[in-house]
Amino acid sequence: MEILTTMVNLLMMTFRLSIPIALAAIGVTISERSGVINLGIEGIMLLGAMGAVVGSHIAGSAWIGLFVALATGVVVGGLYALFVLGFKANQSVIGIGLNSLASGLTVVTVKSIWNKEGISGTVDQLETFTVPLLHKIPTIGTMMTDQSPLIPITLFVSLFAAYVLGRTKVGLRLTSIGEHPLAAATAGIPVMRYRTLAIIVGSALAALGGAYLSVVHSNLFVNNMVAGRGFMAIAANILGGWNPIGALLASLLFAFTQALRFQFSYIQMPEQISQLIPYVITLLVLVGVGRKAKSPAKLGVL
Amino acid sequence: MKPKGTFNLFARRKDWESLWYSLLAIVFSFLLVALIMLAMGYNPINAYAALFRGSFGSVYAISLTLCRSVPLIFVGLAVGFALKGGMFNIGGEGQLYMGGFTSAVTALILPQGMPVFISLPLAILAGMVAGMVWGGAIGLIKAKLQINEVIVAIMLNYIAQLLTSFFVNKYFMAKGSMTPQTEILPAGMQLPNIVANSQLTTSLYIALFMGVVYWFVFRHTVFGYEVNALGNNPSAAGTGGVHTVRTTVLVMAFSGALASMAGIFEVFGTYGRFIDGFSPGIGFTGIAIAFIGQGKPLGIILAAILFGSLQAGAMQMSLMEGVSAHIDKVIQGLVIVFIATPNFIRYLLNRKTR
Repeated sequence: MEILTTMVNLLMMTFRLSIPIALAAIGVTISERSGVINLGIEGIMLLGAMGAVVGSHIAGSAWIGLFVALATGVVVGGLYALFVLGFKANQSVIGIGLNSLASGLTVVTVKSIWNKEGISGTVDQLETFTVPLLHKIPTIGTMMTDQSPLIPITLFVSLFAAYVLGRTKVGLRLTSIGEHPLAAATAGIPVMRYRTLAIIVGSALAALGGAYLSVVHSNLFVNNMVAGRGFMAIAANILGGWNPIGALLASLLFAFTQALRFQFSYIQMPEQISQLIPYVITLLVLVGVGRKAKSPAKLGVL
Repeated sequence: MKPKGTFNLFARRKDWESLWYSLLAIVFSFLLVALIMLAMGYNPINAYAALFRGSFGSVYAISLTLCRSVPLIFVGLAVGFALKGGMFNIGGEGQLYMGGFTSAVTALILPQGMPVFISLPLAILAGMVAGMVWGGAIGLIKAKLQINEVIVAIMLNYIAQLLTSFFVNKYFMAKGSMTPQTEILPAGMQLPNIVANSQLTTSLYIALFMGVVYWFVFRHTVFGYEVNALGNNPSAAGTGGVHTVRTTVLVMAFSGALASMAGIFEVFGTYGRFIDGFSPGIGFTGIAIAFIGQGKPLGIILAAILFGSLQAGAMQMSLMEGVSAHIDKVIQGLVIVFIATPNFIRYLLNRKTR
């Protein structure tokens, strides 16, 4: 029975740790399926985390904070689309610039509100929920107790994104744009509009992932609290084969390596090694799969 | 919609025009940040005055600015070198960690009795080799497998930073130290200060010298010519007899060596030891610097001094005006975005004249 409890705890911790990476990774997948690379995901997550804290601080509700984060993601995604699609700037460079901008702007904003360097005051945190009745089942019941509402939301987002990309007209058109934008344009698909939409949706999901870190997982903003999860999301998208469900599974795998360390402290896996694993796996998969990678044919090419 | 895989950003525009756009992008970024400060209730004029005092207001301030500029010159040259060859080296962060760590460990392991004029170059060389491997690997993967070098570089950045962090914490931690860092290097191996009581060391001369080497390579060598050809048009270069795979690997290896020097000379100059996580994104700043400098050594050095002064002055600005010292990251980010978007500047200019 004790083993079962440990397994359940490990599973739930994996879920919790995977949420920010998974949401951002699905966002990356949507954006890259249309052929647009967004290296600024890390920065967008940071801005989302900050937006959520500011929203929660002003409105006194973490739910409002989540909506502010989504709105932040939409605005930043719109600006990214304007520069990359409208002004034809290099995608990688704009992404790097966005990361630098976000790492500075978040701290500057937090200081202007709370007058503290690199850390905000505490704000309203999203309440957990407990499933009625089901939570009374022994062992399994803990999975239904005090859980974050974002766990089912993330699952839903992943399934819904997979459905839209794979089974609807909008999704298939988006994929065709990523594979061959000229052909898509010739077929009468408004390439720019689809790409803008994909960037904005991807950016909003990444911002939501960042918001999870600040108002769901904790109740304040800390300097650089995203700590590489944006880049990990880009890796998860690759490992997941540019597919929303794959991205979710890859994020779960990455989160699992972190959870193992917390859950079984006697393994004594150094922190750095457990953080290394996702990047090493992704690099090996990239090199192993090589030219046969399922990446959109015209990724990064406008 | 024309597919283009390379960054021929340097070659396309006329020199004066690109210089003009670069200046406008910088001015525009400063104005935008002034507006942000105004909106947040700070006085931007006082803030910028404090920034200037903190970066150029005294001998100490100037030496701090130059000290911050040294690693930026190295990474600026590194990114510029790769861009000339049509590649985007965002792996500078990983290369400088590998370089700094390898050279520090080599310096600590070498027998104490060894004369410094042998051990110091040996340690520096070891670091540069590590940087070459870390950079060359990106080139090899790109040339052989056609995998986007940006993605590979991101993975290698994290792997390098986490690996060095692991080794410092586990095996090379200084005795009795609270922060993860190696023992201090033997006194003879630390580069001498240029200005007393500052962190500015003779590594500045090495950075400037590498600028001259960079200029010489592109001006006077066949290799430089081949790199340029590769960057301007890879298929034409291949047809014209350039060994594209070999040149791609070499470009990234040399770029990695240049970037590693940023870490190496932070170790032997500024800090005198390897400190876990010492780089505040130096490798990424190098991208901004290479773009502002348009890949030219003098431009890169001036741009590095500009960003060095931002970092040096931000502290003073924070102390005097209460603005977070991280404001330099905001300016830097905006400069990167606007420099990379000449079309945006063009759009603004056309609107004004219309």
